Amino acid sequence: MAKLIRMDQTGHTTLATWTAEDAPAAEAATRALREQLDLGYYAVVTRGEGHAQQITALPADADTVILRRPIAGG
Amino acid sequence: MADAAVLPETAAVAWRPRVDDARLREAGRRWTGTSLFHAVGFGLTGVLLLVLSPWTFPLALIFFAHAWAIPELYANRGAKVLRPGRRTEPAPERIALGLLGDLVGHDARDLLERTGLVLERGRLGAWLVGPVGAVLVRPGARRLHCFCVLVPDPALPTGDRVAHLLLALREDEVGFATVANGAFSGAPWRLRRRLPRRARPGLDAAVTAARSGVG
Repeated sequence: MAKLIRMDQTGHTTLATWTAEDAPAAEAATRALREQLDLGYYAVVTRGEGHAQQITALPADADTVILRRPIAGG
Repeated sequence: MADAAVLPETAAVAWRPRVDDARLREAGRRWTGTSLFHAVGFGLTGVLLLVLSPWTFPLALIFFAHAWAIPELYANRGAKVLRPGRRTEPAPERIALGLLGDLVGHDARDLLERTGLVLERGRLGAWLVGPVGAVLVRPGARRLHCFCVLVPDPALPTGDRVAHLLLALREDEVGFATVANGAFSGAPWRLRRRLPRRARPGLDAAVTAARSGVG
Protein backbone atom coordinates (compact mmCIF):
# COMPACT_ATOMS: atom_id res chain seq x y z
CA MET A 1 0.00 0.00 0.00
CA ALA A 2 1.42 3.38 -1.03
CA LYS A 3 1.11 6.43 1.15
CA LEU A 4 1.24 10.18 0.86
CA ILE A 5 2.84 11.82 3.88
CA ARG A 6 3.48 15.42 4.78
CA MET A 7 6.35 16.53 7.00
CA ASP A 8 4.84 18.92 9.51
CA GLN A 9 4.81 19.98 13.16
CA THR A 10 3.68 16.52 14.28
CA GLY A 11 6.68 14.79 12.70
CA HIS A 12 4.65 13.68 9.74
CA THR A 13 1.01 13.18 8.83
CA THR A 14 -0.29 10.48 6.50
CA LEU A 15 -2.73 12.23 4.18
CA ALA A 16 -3.72 9.29 1.97
CA THR A 17 -3.06 5.64 1.30
CA TRP A 18 -3.85 3.81 -1.91
CA THR A 19 -3.20 0.80 -4.09
CA ALA A 20 -3.28 0.48 -7.85
CA GLU A 21 -6.35 -1.75 -7.57
CA ASP A 22 -8.29 0.69 -5.41
CA ALA A 23 -9.31 3.43 -7.85
CA PRO A 24 -11.36 5.55 -5.40
CA ALA A 25 -8.47 5.58 -2.92
CA ALA A 26 -6.03 6.51 -5.68
CA GLU A 27 -8.33 9.35 -6.77
CA ALA A 28 -8.59 10.60 -3.19
CA ALA A 29 -4.80 10.49 -2.90
CA THR A 30 -4.45 12.42 -6.16
CA ARG A 31 -6.84 15.08 -4.84
CA ALA A 32 -4.91 15.28 -1.58
CA LEU A 33 -1.66 15.65 -3.50
CA ARG A 34 -3.11 18.46 -5.65
CA GLU A 35 -4.33 20.31 -2.57
CA GLN A 36 -0.90 20.16 -0.97
CA LEU A 37 0.86 21.24 -4.16
CA ASP A 38 -1.51 24.21 -4.32
CA LEU A 39 -0.52 25.06 -0.76
CA GLY A 40 3.11 25.31 -1.82
CA TYR A 41 4.43 21.88 -0.87
CA TYR A 42 6.74 19.91 -3.13
CA ALA A 43 6.14 16.18 -3.58
CA VAL A 44 9.19 13.93 -3.61
CA VAL A 45 9.77 10.23 -4.07
CA THR A 46 13.05 8.58 -3.16
CA ARG A 47 14.71 6.63 -5.97
CA GLY A 48 17.21 4.43 -4.22
CA GLU A 49 19.92 5.64 -1.89
CA GLY A 50 21.08 9.14 -2.70
CA HIS A 51 18.43 9.94 -5.26
CA ALA A 52 15.06 11.66 -5.06
CA GLN A 53 12.70 12.95 -7.67
CA GLN A 54 10.19 15.73 -7.51
CA ILE A 55 6.79 14.74 -8.88
CA THR A 56 3.50 16.46 -9.62
CA ALA A 57 1.36 13.33 -10.02
CA LEU A 58 1.26 10.11 -8.06
CA PRO A 59 3.69 7.62 -9.58
CA ALA A 60 2.50 4.05 -9.99
CA ASP A 61 5.70 2.54 -8.58
CA ALA A 62 6.24 4.61 -5.43
CA ASP A 63 5.71 3.27 -1.93
CA THR A 64 5.89 6.64 -0.27
CA VAL A 65 5.40 10.16 -1.54
CA ILE A 66 6.77 12.79 0.83
CA LEU A 67 5.58 16.38 0.88
CA ARG A 68 8.16 18.96 1.83
CA ARG A 69 8.32 22.73 2.16
CA PRO A 70 10.60 24.83 -0.03
CA ILE A 71 14.08 25.42 1.35
CA ALA A 72 15.97 28.69 1.31
CA GLY A 73 19.42 30.02 1.99
CA GLY A 74 19.78 30.93 5.64
CA MET B 1 4.59 12.21 -13.80
CA ALA B 2 6.50 15.43 -14.29
CA ASP B 3 10.19 15.01 -13.68
CA ALA B 4 12.05 17.98 -12.30
CA ALA B 5 15.80 17.54 -12.33
CA VAL B 6 16.29 21.16 -11.31
CA LEU B 7 15.44 22.14 -7.77
CA PRO B 8 12.47 24.53 -8.03
CA GLU B 9 13.88 26.74 -5.28
CA THR B 10 16.64 27.85 -7.66
CA ALA B 11 14.04 30.07 -9.35
CA ALA B 12 14.16 32.29 -6.25
CA VAL B 13 17.89 32.88 -6.81
CA ALA B 14 17.81 33.05 -10.59
CA TRP B 15 20.64 35.62 -10.63
CA ARG B 16 23.04 33.07 -9.20
CA PRO B 17 24.93 30.88 -11.65
CA ARG B 18 24.57 27.18 -10.89
CA VAL B 19 27.39 25.91 -8.74
CA ASP B 20 29.99 23.69 -10.36
CA ASP B 21 33.51 22.50 -9.56
CA ALA B 22 35.11 25.62 -11.00
CA ARG B 23 32.86 27.94 -9.00
CA LEU B 24 33.53 26.01 -5.81
CA ARG B 25 37.27 26.26 -6.43
CA GLU B 26 36.92 30.00 -7.07
CA ALA B 27 34.87 30.46 -3.88
CA GLY B 28 37.51 28.52 -1.95
CA ARG B 29 40.29 30.73 -3.31
CA ARG B 30 38.33 33.85 -2.33
CA TRP B 31 37.89 32.58 1.24
CA THR B 32 41.58 31.71 1.51
CA GLY B 33 42.56 35.07 0.04
CA THR B 34 40.33 36.96 2.46
CA SER B 35 41.66 35.04 5.45
CA LEU B 36 45.26 35.55 4.34
CA PHE B 37 44.62 39.23 3.69
CA HIS B 38 43.42 39.75 7.25
CA ALA B 39 45.97 37.51 8.96
CA VAL B 40 48.98 38.76 7.01
CA GLY B 41 47.81 42.38 6.86
CA PHE B 42 47.19 42.73 10.57
CA GLY B 43 50.22 40.60 11.46
CA LEU B 44 52.64 42.61 9.32
CA THR B 45 51.22 45.88 10.60
CA GLY B 46 51.86 44.68 14.15
CA VAL B 47 55.44 43.76 13.24
CA LEU B 48 55.94 47.10 11.52
CA LEU B 49 54.76 48.95 14.61
CA LEU B 50 57.23 47.04 16.77
CA VAL B 51 60.04 47.79 14.34
CA LEU B 52 59.21 51.48 14.37
CA SER B 53 59.03 51.65 18.15
CA PRO B 54 58.90 49.00 20.85
CA TRP B 55 56.64 51.37 22.78
CA THR B 56 53.83 50.53 20.34
CA PHE B 57 53.78 47.04 21.82
CA PRO B 58 50.18 47.32 23.20
CA LEU B 59 48.89 48.52 19.83
CA ALA B 60 50.85 45.79 18.03
CA LEU B 61 49.23 43.23 20.30
CA ILE B 62 45.80 44.45 19.18
CA PHE B 63 46.84 43.96 15.56
CA PHE B 64 48.16 40.46 16.31
CA ALA B 65 44.90 39.63 18.04
CA HIS B 66 42.98 40.71 14.94
CA ALA B 67 45.28 38.64 12.72
CA TRP B 68 44.37 35.59 14.79
CA ALA B 69 40.73 36.33 15.55
CA ILE B 70 39.30 37.24 12.16
CA PRO B 71 40.06 33.88 10.46
CA GLU B 72 38.81 32.19 13.64
CA LEU B 73 35.55 34.14 13.44
CA TYR B 74 35.13 33.01 9.84
CA ALA B 75 35.56 29.38 10.89
CA ASN B 76 33.16 29.89 13.76
CA ARG B 77 30.59 31.22 11.33
CA GLY B 78 31.03 28.05 9.30
CA ALA B 79 30.60 25.85 12.37
CA LYS B 80 27.21 27.40 13.04
CA VAL B 81 25.72 25.65 10.02
CA LEU B 82 26.00 22.38 11.97
CA ARG B 83 24.46 23.65 15.19
CA PRO B 84 21.73 21.35 16.53
CA GLY B 85 18.77 23.65 15.99
CA ARG B 86 15.83 24.26 18.26
CA ARG B 87 14.07 21.11 19.40
CA THR B 88 10.29 20.86 19.56
CA GLU B 89 8.13 18.48 21.63
CA PRO B 90 9.58 14.97 22.18
CA ALA B 91 6.82 13.08 20.33
CA PRO B 92 7.11 14.95 16.99
CA GLU B 93 10.89 14.81 17.29
CA ARG B 94 10.72 11.03 17.68
CA ILE B 95 8.37 10.62 14.71
CA ALA B 96 10.47 12.89 12.52
CA LEU B 97 13.63 11.04 13.45
CA GLY B 98 11.94 7.76 12.47
CA LEU B 99 11.12 9.11 9.01
CA LEU B 100 14.62 10.47 8.58
CA GLY B 101 16.06 7.12 9.66
CA ASP B 102 14.00 5.45 6.93
CA LEU B 103 15.54 7.76 4.33
CA VAL B 104 19.16 6.88 5.08
CA GLY B 105 21.23 3.73 4.97
CA HIS B 106 22.50 1.73 7.93
CA ASP B 107 25.84 3.53 8.35
CA ALA B 108 24.30 6.97 7.96
CA ARG B 109 21.62 6.02 10.52
CA ASP B 110 24.29 5.12 13.05
CA LEU B 111 26.01 8.46 12.49
CA LEU B 112 22.65 10.22 12.72
CA GLU B 113 22.00 8.69 16.13
CA ARG B 114 25.43 9.74 17.41
CA THR B 115 25.63 13.24 15.93
CA GLY B 116 22.19 14.32 14.70
CA LEU B 117 23.77 14.79 11.26
CA VAL B 118 23.36 12.88 8.00
CA LEU B 119 26.26 11.93 5.75
CA GLU B 120 25.36 11.92 2.07
CA ARG B 121 27.74 11.16 -0.77
CA GLY B 122 27.34 13.30 -3.85
CA ARG B 123 29.06 14.22 -7.07
CA LEU B 124 30.53 17.41 -5.62
CA GLY B 125 31.85 15.63 -2.52
CA ALA B 126 30.67 14.28 0.81
CA TRP B 127 27.84 16.24 2.40
CA LEU B 128 27.11 16.51 6.09
CA VAL B 129 23.56 17.72 6.56
CA GLY B 130 22.14 19.27 9.73
CA PRO B 131 18.91 21.09 10.60
CA VAL B 132 20.09 24.56 9.55
CA GLY B 133 22.78 23.93 6.99
CA ALA B 134 25.22 21.56 5.38
CA VAL B 135 28.94 21.10 4.95
CA LEU B 136 30.40 19.88 1.68
CA VAL B 137 33.80 18.19 1.99
CA ARG B 138 35.38 18.23 -1.44
CA PRO B 139 37.01 15.12 -2.89
CA GLY B 140 40.44 14.66 -1.33
CA ALA B 141 39.21 16.39 1.85
CA ARG B 142 41.63 19.30 1.63
CA ARG B 143 38.81 21.83 1.61
CA LEU B 144 35.23 22.10 2.73
CA HIS B 145 32.41 24.54 2.13
CA CYS B 146 29.83 25.46 4.75
CA PHE B 147 26.35 26.39 3.57
CA CYS B 148 23.51 28.06 5.44
CA VAL B 149 20.29 26.55 4.15
CA LEU B 150 17.07 25.67 5.94
CA VAL B 151 13.36 25.18 5.70
CA PRO B 152 11.83 28.42 6.98
CA ASP B 153 9.31 26.86 9.36
CA PRO B 154 10.46 27.07 13.00
CA ALA B 155 7.71 24.71 14.19
CA LEU B 156 9.13 21.70 12.34
CA PRO B 157 10.91 19.03 14.41
CA THR B 158 14.66 18.80 13.98
CA GLY B 159 14.51 15.49 12.10
CA ASP B 160 12.09 16.92 9.56
CA ARG B 161 14.35 19.91 9.03
CA VAL B 162 17.22 17.59 8.18
CA ALA B 163 14.92 15.46 5.99
CA HIS B 164 13.82 18.54 4.03
CA LEU B 165 17.42 19.41 3.25
CA LEU B 166 18.35 15.81 2.50
CA LEU B 167 15.51 15.35 0.01
CA ALA B 168 16.31 18.65 -1.71
CA LEU B 169 19.97 17.65 -1.90
CA ARG B 170 19.04 14.31 -3.43
CA GLU B 171 16.75 15.96 -5.95
CA ASP B 172 19.40 18.32 -7.30
CA GLU B 173 22.79 18.53 -5.61
CA VAL B 174 23.99 21.45 -7.70
CA GLY B 175 20.70 23.31 -7.22
CA PHE B 176 20.96 22.72 -3.48
CA ALA B 177 24.43 24.27 -3.39
CA THR B 178 23.18 27.15 -5.53
CA VAL B 179 20.23 27.97 -3.28
CA ALA B 180 22.33 27.73 -0.11
CA ASN B 181 24.32 30.70 1.16
CA GLY B 182 28.04 30.13 1.56
CA ALA B 183 29.16 30.71 5.15
CA PHE B 184 32.78 29.59 5.12
CA SER B 185 35.33 27.66 3.13
CA GLY B 186 38.65 26.36 4.34
CA ALA B 187 40.54 23.34 5.59
CA PRO B 188 38.53 20.78 7.59
CA TRP B 189 40.78 21.22 10.67
CA ARG B 190 39.83 24.88 10.86
CA LEU B 191 36.16 23.98 11.14
CA ARG B 192 36.56 20.90 13.32
CA ARG B 193 37.95 22.68 16.36
CA ARG B 194 35.03 25.13 16.27
CA LEU B 195 32.38 22.41 16.11
CA PRO B 196 30.44 21.13 19.12
CA ARG B 197 32.03 17.90 20.37
CA ARG B 198 29.00 15.86 19.31
CA ALA B 199 29.26 17.00 15.68
CA ARG B 200 32.95 16.19 15.24
CA PRO B 201 32.52 12.48 14.41
CA GLY B 202 30.16 13.61 11.65
CA LEU B 203 32.81 15.81 10.11
CA ASP B 204 35.39 13.04 10.53
CA ALA B 205 33.11 10.65 8.65
CA ALA B 206 32.59 13.18 5.86
CA VAL B 207 36.34 13.74 5.59
CA THR B 208 36.91 9.98 5.41
CA ALA B 209 34.23 9.64 2.73
CA ALA B 210 35.72 12.50 0.73
CA ARG B 211 39.19 10.98 0.96
CA SER B 212 38.02 7.55 -0.09
CA GLY B 213 36.22 8.91 -3.13
CA VAL B 214 32.62 9.91 -3.56
CA GLY B 215 30.07 10.01 -6.30
